[in-house]
Amino acid sequence: MTRPVPLLLLLLAPAFALSLLAGRVWIDPAATPNAALILAELRLPRSVLALVVGAGLGAAGAAMQGYLRNPLADPGLFGIAPMAALGAVASFWLGLEARPWALPVLALAGAGAGMALLALMAGRTASGTSGIALFTLAGLMLASLAGTLTSLAISMAPNAFAMSEIVTWLMGALTDRGWGEVGIAAPLTLAGLACLTAAARGLDALTLGEAVARSLGVEPQRLLAWLVLGVGLTVGSGVAVAGIVGFVGLIVPHLVRPLTDRRPSRLIVPSALAGALLVLVADSAVRAIPFVTELRLGIALSLVGAPFFLWLLLRMRKGLA
Amino acid sequence: MNPVNGIVRPEEALMPQAEGLSRRGLKAEGIDLAGRLFGVSATLEAGRITAICGPNGAGKSSLLQCLAGLIVPDGGGVTLDGQPLPAFHPQQRARAIGYLPQAGEVAWDVAVRSLVALGRLPHRDARSEPVEAALAALDLLGLAGRPVSRLSGGERARALLARVMAGEPRWILADEPLAALDLAHQLALLGHLRRQAERGTGVVLVLHDLALAMNHADRVLVLEQGRLAADGAPDKALSAEVVGRIWGVPVRWLGEPGARALVV
Repeated sequence: MTRPVPLLLLLLAPAFALSLLAGRVWIDPAATPNAALILAELRLPRSVLALVVGAGLGAAGAAMQGYLRNPLADPGLFGIAPMAALGAVASFWLGLEARPWALPVLALAGAGAGMALLALMAGRTASGTSGIALFTLAGLMLASLAGTLTSLAISMAPNAFAMSEIVTWLMGALTDRGWGEVGIAAPLTLAGLACLTAAARGLDALTLGEAVARSLGVEPQRLLAWLVLGVGLTVGSGVAVAGIVGFVGLIVPHLVRPLTDRRPSRLIVPSALAGALLVLVADSAVRAIPFVTELRLGIALSLVGAPFFLWLLLRMRKGLA
Repeated sequence: MNPVNGIVRPEEALMPQAEGLSRRGLKAEGIDLAGRLFGVSATLEAGRITAICGPNGAGKSSLLQCLAGLIVPDGGGVTLDGQPLPAFHPQQRARAIGYLPQAGEVAWDVAVRSLVALGRLPHRDARSEPVEAALAALDLLGLAGRPVSRLSGGERARALLARVMAGEPRWILADEPLAALDLAHQLALLGHLRRQAERGTGVVLVLHDLALAMNHADRVLVLEQGRLAADGAPDKALSAEVVGRIWGVPVRWLGEPGARALVV
């Protein structure tokens, strides 16, 4: 077994340094005018935010795959990201987008509402013998409902400008983010990571199925509570500051798993680091690629992610994954 | 009495010895479960192998899951050494009762040693000695680093039993642990379970194979449509008459005690 954590930290350090310099304008700290100001106020918060969002998505994905015992599970399955997006869209719809606090706060409120609904459903589903499957279906319905309501909000947008704002925001990006967003996302993501870590032992026990996990002393409701809190905080705060950034939670745990001993608990921290690395590199890349307008981060990751997902499915059919 | 930590609770100290003894063991009292079990009562003793037999749908797995504390019955209850199972903290119950289900699901392709180490979860420790002891007891030390996906059926069954044993439970409850195994592996696994029983562990097995139950169990519970139809030593509880009545197949037992064969 290789140790993925030192390896990932070793990769993160130069990637972080490079991300500060990379962009439409490459910064030469010695020559660029106002380099210190650009670094401190523009590049640094954006890179830190990429780390925070990526770490949250990667860890949430690892925990979800462990919980559902399925390498194709994604943190979006619980419907928290669509609920957060719905909250964010509501802020455009209400014409509050001029107030900088409105969008993240409403997105977090959406994520919180999603978590509350999940908790209500957990009370009715997690006690049965097929609790996890039922709960996941309920989460999928929540995701579907939130997605539909988002579409409804777009179709009934008060004006064309609001509609284009909503659509663009939904694509996910880290453009023009500052320390304010870091201040929102970082503490919430850290709290979420702590919750996911608290769920780790229960996830290990689930390797042997729900009945054995309970026979090993795991309390399904408590495990689910840590998981919903953890995924809600990491994914919710991620959507609040960056919009929908897909596929990170799906791809990252899958890439990291072969580097670990495959126990779900040992996957969470490496997935957080690898998620941070992936979003950081992807965000640096979209900044540096010279398109007329910057390629949206969410689009870039989906462009890479969807073919990867397809390849994953085909490989699993051959029984290699 | 509680010889493990030397604490004697007052109500136990005052109790006559015989009554104190009768409280020990895993006891099902009038278990009712939604159309699957009806008033099943039995007191299981540690240090013995008890087999639960019965036709398909008789409620064997349900009874085992009730005994393991995984299903809370609608009526009646299960006590462990006099204390109702729901009164145990889940971790405490998990340290006392190990459960091995019929479908040996292993979701992730972990190595055998990691799999067996999962048995330590209720203890919240990372002690390696019980894990290594369980690996050694089931002859798995040579396979400890191998991924579960590359085990044969017999090796896998041994690894799953080693997982239960690593938790050092006082009770091992296993649902059809021998079903997927060939004859030699069945006998080897039964040997491991017998050694556990000799060390004082209570072993409860759901068994489909009546000959294995007849030859290897100390006691057999026979379920029929959710009711306890027979309970006792194997040659009584699984007599040709009982098998003929409950399974609806006329049979004879041939051979010596301990090596009997069922002839239809």
